[in-house]
Formats: sequence, C-alpha cells, structure tokens
Amino acid sequence: MFLVLPMAIVLAIGFARPAEGVPPFALSLDPASFLGLVADDYYVAAFLLSLKVALVSSLACLVIGYPMALAIARAPERWRSLLLMLVILPFWTGFLLRIVAWIGLLKDEGWINAVLLRLGIIGAPLHLLYTDFAMYVGIAYCYLPFMVLPLYARLSKRDAALEEAAADLGAPPWRVFLTVVLPLSLPGVWAGFLLVFIPAMGEYVIPELLGGPGAETVGRVLWGEFFLNHDWPTASALAISLLLVLLVPAAVWQWRQGRAAAIPPPTRHPPPPTLGPLFAAQARKGRGLSSPSPLAGEGRGEGSRASCVGSP
Amino acid sequence: MRRGLLPACLIGGYAFLYTPIALLVAFSFNDSRLLTVWSGFSWRWYVALWNNAPLVSAALLSLRIAALSATIATLIGTAAGFALARFGRFRGRGAFAATLSAPLVLPDVIVGLSLLLLFVVLQRLTGWPAERGASIIAIAHASFALAYVAVVVQARLADAGTELEEAAMDLGASPWGAFLAVTLPLMAPALVSGWLLAFTLSLDDVVVASFVSGPGASTLPMVLFSAMRLGITPEMNALATVVLALVLLALFGAWLARRLPVAARTPLR
Repeated sequence: MFLVLPMAIVLAIGFARPAEGVPPFALSLDPASFLGLVADDYYVAAFLLSLKVALVSSLACLVIGYPMALAIARAPERWRSLLLMLVILPFWTGFLLRIVAWIGLLKDEGWINAVLLRLGIIGAPLHLLYTDFAMYVGIAYCYLPFMVLPLYARLSKRDAALEEAAADLGAPPWRVFLTVVLPLSLPGVWAGFLLVFIPAMGEYVIPELLGGPGAETVGRVLWGEFFLNHDWPTASALAISLLLVLLVPAAVWQWRQGRAAAIPPPTRHPPPPTLGPLFAAQARKGRGLSSPSPLAGEGRGEGSRASCVGSP
Repeated sequence: MRRGLLPACLIGGYAFLYTPIALLVAFSFNDSRLLTVWSGFSWRWYVALWNNAPLVSAALLSLRIAALSATIATLIGTAAGFALARFGRFRGRGAFAATLSAPLVLPDVIVGLSLLLLFVVLQRLTGWPAERGASIIAIAHASFALAYVAVVVQARLADAGTELEEAAMDLGASPWGAFLAVTLPLMAPALVSGWLLAFTLSLDDVVVASFVSGPGASTLPMVLFSAMRLGITPEMNALATVVLALVLLALFGAWLARRLPVAARTPLR
C-alpha cells in the first residue's frame, strides 16, 4: 500500500498540467508532460547518460566484486563471516561521508594527485573530480556490497566435484573457471548487476557531488525539474518513465528466476524474493552462528544448481 | 596460479574499500586545514564539530527521526515478514512480496517524489499532515525501511523452520502462546538487526528527506549535503570518524545480542 498508492498519484500528476499555485499542478489527462520528454533531446540525453553511467559502474562493480566474492567463497569457512562483514562494514558508515572521502582523494589538490606528483609520474595535477570517471568510481564504491553479496551467495554453493572432474579431464584452471565456475554463478552475476544497475540509473547524489556540471543524469534532471523549476508534472513523468525503463530488466530477471525455480522439486521454502540473494547471505551468516536447521538451505541450493546446469 | 591471484584480488578489493575511510579517519586528527599535509595531532575539528550548533541540532533531529522510523518499520515490517514466511500461499502473495521488495532497489528520487505527492494529496483531502516536519520524514523513512525489516525477518523465519512452533502447539500451546513463547524469541535477532538496519537507513538518507520535508525540518544528511556542495572541510572528516565509531559500537552490540541468547542455549562449536 505504501508503494502502489504513491505510484498511482505520481502517474496521475504525470498526466496533470503545470499550474501556478501550491501545489503547482492541475489534474487532467494531458499527456503533454510525457510527450515533452520524448520530444526534448535534453531528457532523452539524460536517459542515455544514466544508462551509460549505470552500465559502466555496474560493470566496474562486477570486475572488482567477482574476484572478491570468489576469494571469500573459497576462503576457509571460519573466515567467511568476517570477510563478508568487512565488505558490508563501509556500507554502514554513511553514504555522504564516503563521498566526502572520495572528494578528498580525487580533488586537484587531493590524495591521488599528491601521491602521483610526489612519485614524479605526472607533472601537473590530473583533473579527476567532477568528471564521469569520478562518478563511476563513486557509484562502484558505494554499491560494491550489493554486487559481492549475491555473488558470494551463489559462489559459496559450488560443487567441488564438478570442478575436480573438469580438472581431471585435463582442463587448465582458466578453462575450469570459464566452463564450470562462471556459468554456474551467472544467476548471482545477474542479481548483483541489477542490484547495482537499478539504483545507479536513478542516482542523484553521486552525479551531483562527483560528476561535472554536464553530467545531467535522470536523477539530477528530475531533481532540477522538481526543486528548481517547480514543474511537478514533468518530474512525475520522468519518475514514471524511469520506473518503466527499470521495470524491463527487473521483469526479465524475475522471468529467468521463475524459469529456474520451476524446475527443482518444491521445498518448504518459498522462492527467494527479488532481493533474496543479498539478504540470504546475511541470514546464512546468522545461521552459521545459531544453526537451528543445518539442512534448511541445502535443498534449494542443490535444486537451483541442477536447474542451472540444465539451462545453459 | 589462481591460488595466488584470488587473495591478491581480495586484498585489492579491501584496499579499495578501506583506503578512503582510513585517510578520512587519520586526517580528522590533523591540525592543518590542508587535505594532504600532516601538521600535527589535534582535536580541533572535533571541537569545531561540537560547536557547530546547526549541525548538532540537525544530528539530534536525525537521531530522533531514525529511532522513530526504525520502530515503526520494525513493527510493520515484522508483521509483513511474518505473513510472507508463515501464512503459506495466501491470495495476492506474489503481488504482496513484489510491492514489498520493490522499495529495496527503487531509486531514491522515485521513492521521495512519490511519497511527497502522497502527503500533498493526503493533506488536500484530509487536512493531515498540516505541515511536513520530523514526523513526516520518519513515516517516509519507515515506509521504505520496513521492506528491509520484512526481508530480514522472513529470511530468519524461513531458516528456522516451523517444527518448533508445531511442537509447542502439539504440547498444548495456543497459536498466540506459541507465537509469544517460540516465534518471537526465534525472530528476536532479526528484529534487532532489522531495527538497526532501519535506523542506519534513516540516518543515511538525504534524497527522500529532502523531498518530503518542509522548510522547518533539516536532517543531518540534508545539512551535510548542502555543505558538501560548497566543498569539504576537515570537520566532515571528524564527523565521519564519530559516525564510524558509533556504527562499530552498534554492530558490536548487535553481534552481542545475536551471540548471547545462542550461547546460553546451545554449546558453541
């Protein structure tokens, strides 16, 4: 109820006409705000830029997060909770304060430039802050746990026998990885990718603080329409469009999950909710300490692994 | 070969995560205003932080909002998580689960805008809320934080299984009695971590609060955000260090809360 009702209102106001007064709109069924979005290159460019930013930073997260998740999954079992905790810990230290840290690193007179100048690698400070690069780094940094946790949840359920079999049949380690480990972990890759991609698409704070003045992402444009231009219908239309754009990958993922979940025999557990992997990792950690039912998670793990083998 | 490569990646990843934070903490004790020049140990930024009246009052307001919203979120989120974990496949379960988990990933700007519009429409229809202050921010935060609580509670209950509750009812406990004697203690760790999660989410949020709050109420992240637009100061390093210390303390508390009842019941491995 907290979700559907507000969304309906946003939709209604997206179709409303801008008007003078407080609140600044008049209800109607006028699609002008939506048509305005499509017609104006400014908004189309914002969506394309957000798409690029979200894609690049999700991929960066994946490149950094995958080896980390794999290393944690392969670490001795008693270390795993601690190693996972270390990934989550920065997530709890305050979003804005982590960005403060990155501004300090990336500034013209900041840490990276200071070190590079001292080492004599560069002659003049690099311009790092207020660039697209800073934006990618900031998003990758802030959302890294969302990538590592689902990947870990997937990778920790591996079957060593499969990898040994591949190695026995003469596959070098990189081939074992490419033909066995990576395909089996793909659901985790998808989950992590979406968990980073979806919020990154609408991110406002990071582009505002780390990106340049030209980095007009959807989040910033929406914010500007709302707070600076007081154009509530356009802001609502932007929100609805963003939601629709985001629903596509989410729906594809749900569909894939549904297909994967349809194959294993039914267990006591409902299929994990959309965000299952992220929190399942936490719950599993809790179980490691209290351990009321050691078999609870196993059936699901085996089943979905088998289904994954069946549908490459 | 990969045996050496993987730990290297892990260490690299942790370096990526912790170098910025370590620099932040170390240089919060720096006497100099310059970012990269160490000129001696000093508490001056902490003193400046303490004397920054708008910041301190915003922090107190944020703590109040966070506590209120975490409590609301835990109450509603626990009910939702319990329903998902225990009521089987009730009508509309899929839709319920989907609408519940959507706020977990929805961009803040969408959540903030939609909640504000909800409050505006409500005000037009019913006259409430007359002005959007701290309690409205708390309700807004609770509305997305309850999804996190629900997921944590549901995961915990799904992991725990239903055997214990069935056993209690076989032994003559009423459903309500079984809930109080068995389910509630089972959920307790999830309630604690859910509450803490909701609390930190509320403390962390700048976008939703900016959308829903009226001119009267400014939370700590809102004050910080507008200061950061003008540039960063060593005071912010000090603030980060204080927050980090509090988080570590809270995590330690959560760890204790999780550990103690378990240690009392079952022998540790």
